Amino acid sequence: MSIFSTKKSWINLTIWVLIIAFIIAAPSLLPVFRLNLLGRYLSLSIVALGVDLIWGFTGMLSLGQGIFFALGGYCAAMFLQLNSAGEFPNGIPEFFGLYGVEKLPFFWEPFKSSIFTFISIWLLPAIISGLLGYLVFRNRIKGVYFSILTQAALLVFFNFFNGQQKLINGTNGLKTDVTQLFGQMVGSEIMQRWFFWISAILVILAWFFARWIVRDRFGNVLIGIRDDEARVRFTGYNPVIFKTIIFSIAGGLAGISGALYTVQSGIVSPQFMTVPFSIEMVIWVAVGGRGTLLGAILGAVLINYAKSLVSEALPASWMFIQGGLFILVVTALPEGVLGWIRKDGPKKLLFLIGINKKLETYPSLEVNEQGEVKS
Amino acid sequence: MTSPLLELKQISVSFEGFLALRDLDLVLNQGDLRAVIGPNGAGKTTFLDVITGKVFPTKGDVIFKEKSLLGQKEFRIARKGIGRKFQSPRIFENLSVQENLALSVSRPKTPFSLLMNSLKVKHLDQIQHLMSIVNLQSKANIRAGALSHGQKQWLEIAMLVGQDPDLLLVDEPVAGLTDEETDLTADLLKSLAGDHTVLVIDHDMEFIRRLDCPVSVLHQGHVLKEGSMSDIQKDPLVIEVYLGKSDEGEE
Repeated sequence: MSIFSTKKSWINLTIWVLIIAFIIAAPSLLPVFRLNLLGRYLSLSIVALGVDLIWGFTGMLSLGQGIFFALGGYCAAMFLQLNSAGEFPNGIPEFFGLYGVEKLPFFWEPFKSSIFTFISIWLLPAIISGLLGYLVFRNRIKGVYFSILTQAALLVFFNFFNGQQKLINGTNGLKTDVTQLFGQMVGSEIMQRWFFWISAILVILAWFFARWIVRDRFGNVLIGIRDDEARVRFTGYNPVIFKTIIFSIAGGLAGISGALYTVQSGIVSPQFMTVPFSIEMVIWVAVGGRGTLLGAILGAVLINYAKSLVSEALPASWMFIQGGLFILVVTALPEGVLGWIRKDGPKKLLFLIGINKKLETYPSLEVNEQGEVKS
Repeated sequence: MTSPLLELKQISVSFEGFLALRDLDLVLNQGDLRAVIGPNGAGKTTFLDVITGKVFPTKGDVIFKEKSLLGQKEFRIARKGIGRKFQSPRIFENLSVQENLALSVSRPKTPFSLLMNSLKVKHLDQIQHLMSIVNLQSKANIRAGALSHGQKQWLEIAMLVGQDPDLLLVDEPVAGLTDEETDLTADLLKSLAGDHTVLVIDHDMEFIRRLDCPVSVLHQGHVLKEGSMSDIQKDPLVIEVYLGKSDEGEE
């Protein structure tokens, strides 16, 4: 199967050309405020890719991806806070003074190193999701129980982070926009432009990575687990290992996403671990197209962009629109927008409203030179 | 081979007091083809569940290649060389025929090897060979869910063979097949015996007769009788519990 021979690939290629053209044009077209929003949404599409890997491909609906997203954000924020803490009393971040803390908590120490931070942004969430996943999958917890469990874990983390003023400033979170990086304010225009570029590049890299994972037999085992886990087992595969790996990968992607989102929104707080936010991640993927990696990216970017536009015009109505969108997709487009396009949805729609006449013909048979039908 | 390939010793399985299997003994030698018949609820499927590690027996032992299988995980038992075909065809409907077979022939079945290595040439050849056995070459790139019922059954059998097992456990392979397909399936299973050991469970008497092999009759979780099809059909006890109570012994 060559890469650009199928129709699916043409749709993909078209969308990619549009995306890349838009990304390249965006910095000169959009004011920095809009560019910053777009950068944030691009970073959110990385967590959506992870949700798609575990839900769209492997069939595990996690409602707790906010945990890993927030962990990545905290890693980045701790580094940035330490990086600009020199002028404060005791040489530690300012907020510690509010609670009378004079010595840096031990787990902050390694975040003085930029290398440690860059690794921990993805590795820490990946390890935690891997451990959590392993315990859950080993006990064959799946379906709705898995979803409930991940949501419960999310609430545990949320409440824990909320209560730790002396360690991580509790419910106030850690601000990053007034911190320094490479001698620049993180919230400055030039830094935000850079973060936009980094987000854009990382989205594309994350897509290639996810694509590499699902394109061959490993991905087929994941689909097999989604469709019939017992058969996978009787074929000689251990589903626990596969599920743990993919859940860990999704956690790592969530961490990267959270770190990028944090530096572009200027703060990380336990709000990243609220229940609705993690559910929204699932909605992006459902609307964009479950099991289509590109759909996850499009869903995350477009829904969030729509959210900010609608919220500016009609502040109270976004939740209704989002809920309506979700219901519409679940009932009318169960495979999401991209899945619908790939399955000739637009053609069928034109037929329904009477514009297109011929919908389907018999498949043409393959014939050889003698005009005989090949078997 | 002096010792048997598979030996079930005094297996009992009880589900909350109900005895699904009762002191079941069964011996299969290398290369055997064996049919197991029995009325509904005789414990046929439970007995496969015990061998493949899905159900844990309350009593008794399962010996495969001189080692006990008890307490082993399902995927490990599968890797040791026991393949199982389920009652209704269970294939990966969203994968193509070729991809289904690729998962079955891949070795080793570890995540790392699946990600890093592409399918070996000998495995690609094996896939072609398997598709030719079950006549699915022309459907290689078709989604397995789009196959007909009979083709799905065959694909599952091909997947089973692709695992290269020593023992094939085949549960009702001809349910819902046409007569012609049934005959072809019987021939296919007969051709597999010898290289593999095959255990077939079914209701269809014509099919079992066509297999032309020793038959074990299961009744209330116990082996009632073993012998050739013609012996079995003459046995008054079997006639009473299974073939119907009339003296004619008609199906």
